[in-house]
Amino acid sequence: MYRYDSTDQQLIDERVSQYRGQMARHLAGELSDDELRPLRLQNGLYIQRHGPMLRIAIPYGMLSSAQLRKLAEISRRYDRAVGHFTTRQNMQLNWPQFEETPEILAELASVEMHAVQTSGNCIRNITSDHFAGVAPDELVDPRPYCELLRQWSTFHPEFAFLPRKFKIAVNAAAQDRAVIRAHDIGLEVISDERGEIGFKVLVGGGLGRTPILGKVVREFLPRRHILSYLEAILRLYNRYGRRDNMYKARIKILVQALGIEEFARQVEAEWAHLRNGETTVTDAEFDRISGHFEPPAWEALPVEDPVHSARLATDKAFANWVKRCVHAHKTPGYAAVTLSLKAPGVAPGDISEAQMIAVADLADRFSFGELRVSHEQNLILSDVRLGDLHELWQLARGQRLATANIGLLTDMICCPGGDLCALANARSLPIAAAVHDKFDDLDYLYDIGDISLNISGCMNSCGHHHVANIGILGVDKNDEEWYQITVGGQQGNSATIGKVIGPSFYAQEVPEVIEALINVYLEQRTASERFIDTWQRVGADPFKARAYAGRDRRRTAKVAGKDSNIKEIVNA
Amino acid sequence: MPRIIKHMQVIEDHWQMLTLAEGETPEAVALPAEPTLLPLAVWLLRRDEIVAAGLELGVWLDAGEGPEALADDLERLPVIGVNFPKFTDGRSYSSARLLRERYAYHGEIRALGDVQQDQLFYMRRCGIDAYAVRADKDIDKALAGLAVFSETYQAAVDQPQPLFRRRAAHRQEAA
Ligand code: HEM
Ligand code: SF4
Repeated sequence: MYRYDSTDQQLIDERVSQYRGQMARHLAGELSDDELRPLRLQNGLYIQRHGPMLRIAIPYGMLSSAQLRKLAEISRRYDRAVGHFTTRQNMQLNWPQFEETPEILAELASVEMHAVQTSGNCIRNITSDHFAGVAPDELVDPRPYCELLRQWSTFHPEFAFLPRKFKIAVNAAAQDRAVIRAHDIGLEVISDERGEIGFKVLVGGGLGRTPILGKVVREFLPRRHILSYLEAILRLYNRYGRRDNMYKARIKILVQALGIEEFARQVEAEWAHLRNGETTVTDAEFDRISGHFEPPAWEALPVEDPVHSARLATDKAFANWVKRCVHAHKTPGYAAVTLSLKAPGVAPGDISEAQMIAVADLADRFSFGELRVSHEQNLILSDVRLGDLHELWQLARGQRLATANIGLLTDMICCPGGDLCALANARSLPIAAAVHDKFDDLDYLYDIGDISLNISGCMNSCGHHHVANIGILGVDKNDEEWYQITVGGQQGNSATIGKVIGPSFYAQEVPEVIEALINVYLEQRTASERFIDTWQRVGADPFKARAYAGRDRRRTAKVAGKDSNIKEIVNA
Repeated sequence: MPRIIKHMQVIEDHWQMLTLAEGETPEAVALPAEPTLLPLAVWLLRRDEIVAAGLELGVWLDAGEGPEALADDLERLPVIGVNFPKFTDGRSYSSARLLRERYAYHGEIRALGDVQQDQLFYMRRCGIDAYAVRADKDIDKALAGLAVFSETYQAAVDQPQPLFRRRAAHRQEAA
């Protein structure tokens, strides 16, 4: 993975000093709460329901075991010995002390980490495929491009105070695992007919209260032009994005207002001034960064491991785990492994200090000391020998990290919701827990098969509910928690925004409604269909009819966006 | 006399910023005799009158006003102000860069409005070289904001070479 050189380190250290000074000025009364807000947000510090929340950047989800150990130590010394992984591959600490945040950032800097631009109206953490570098279906490793963008976007002087937050994702595989169409800019690494590497550039995607999928603004951009081209887009957005209404401030609204053709024309016009300048990336720089992502020392192994194959045949629980949690690797004899952070009784994406230490040990022992965070809020060991899987499974089981539910109903993406988040309309964690309770039989989950269920506590959509097969959204009606359900969304190459099936439900009804939807699928599916396929084939009506059968239709709630705490939202 | 930061130090400064009060119009507002930054609308309407009178005047651009409107006048303007109506309104960073990089403006670019210590580094990188720090803030302390980081990743006005080109040069020297 990328290691800092002395300049990278110096910049991060200077950032810590800057932040220390800002906090000191705040405590001395020289910076008001309002004046501190944009500064602390650009260092990941929010003020939430119970106090501060710190969001730590994990660039494109890559972590070393040493970094994870440091996160464990920080969570114990400065928090409640637990961390939360987010859909942006970051980690949130929910209980830090305000005054101690400079110390936490200094600790992070000691392992080449930071919380820079994890919030605020700036370019946020770059996200990517959690199987980058090992996926059999990838064209090239996307991480060097992510790192190039990380450096370019870090402390960018022109784009630190955009109309709104700005999220960039990069995918280089045949299957999009980074939801690039739900980002302000989505980059797909492709090669042209001559084999030159470049990007298909999508712009104007985003979730939130106006979910929109990104559109192609350029079919092919040679890779050397990536930074100047992005500067052209960002400059247009910085100058002309709306600043009068925070709900209309994302670039997707500007793209919509101009139309993608006109937007593309303006980008090209701006870019004409910038292209081929000093910002054109050199091959030497691509090579330098790529050098940091050299594959680990994979051994030459046979495609199959006889001991492993024998265990698969005899140990059903192990075989189930392999089926759900072990993924193809481009190198013979190796596999990528997902450690599920979706065990029953645990908030999705939460990890305890003890688990962090255990995972760091597992990474050292089985996967070259590195791991990744997925946007589905799980952890990945990317380079495990087939022959080691059984032992890894047993050790992971001991840590409750081997729930064999990846890609199944209980592998939910879920935001912190009303238990922790000040913007929430409703709690999301109890819904996740209720889903676990209702669907606690693994065999039943296997029978249902591939499905996604995501939960957001409000329209901000941090839980990606729009792109889930079944999406659950907390809405607020007269201070009561209600839940609106969407069906038919999906991520990946055929990313789709789900459709609302009708009026909202009471919390207690949600598990039953999910079950009703699933029953329709189980009754109507053909042998090869997943939930989403059946939905697309038979249409919404049977699902709707069953979801509302026997329910009192008068108890309906409108989708109410709670517009409290606007200031915090502006910078969130 | 008010003080600003210029050439990396705090100095006294006699320029004023004219904003149109309620009821005043660009057509009718009195042109001050002392050095003043005028709203863009006044300049565009009364450029000939101003030039003929030989007054020491500049123009300030509000955040939503791009430098395009001044493209033909730059040689006549010793100072151009760029306004930051709010700390978090970042449009004028782009205006400043465009003035320097696209229009090759060599006069003073002055940050006006909600200007505080923690923007100065980015402002400097974008080509702003004078800073009218908000009057209620300690301008001597704010000076420290110009030198927060000792290196920069991106190319900008202060450093036209991105770090990756300079890194490569260092490596070659070392080799
Ligand atoms: C608890 C503190 C949090 C706050 C205050 C917060 C706030 C927000 C807000 C206001 C938005 C809407 C932005 C917009 O529409 O312009 C948003 C979007 C989002 N947040 Fe959060 N969030 C929080 C936690 C999280 C967590 C835990 C995750 C990951 C699980 C997350 C991931 C996202 C994502 C993926 C989006 C959608 C991005 C888009 O609109 O394109 N956030 N957040
Ligand atoms: S979706 Fe709403 S409730 Fe959930 S974390 Fe985001 S802002 Fe908070």
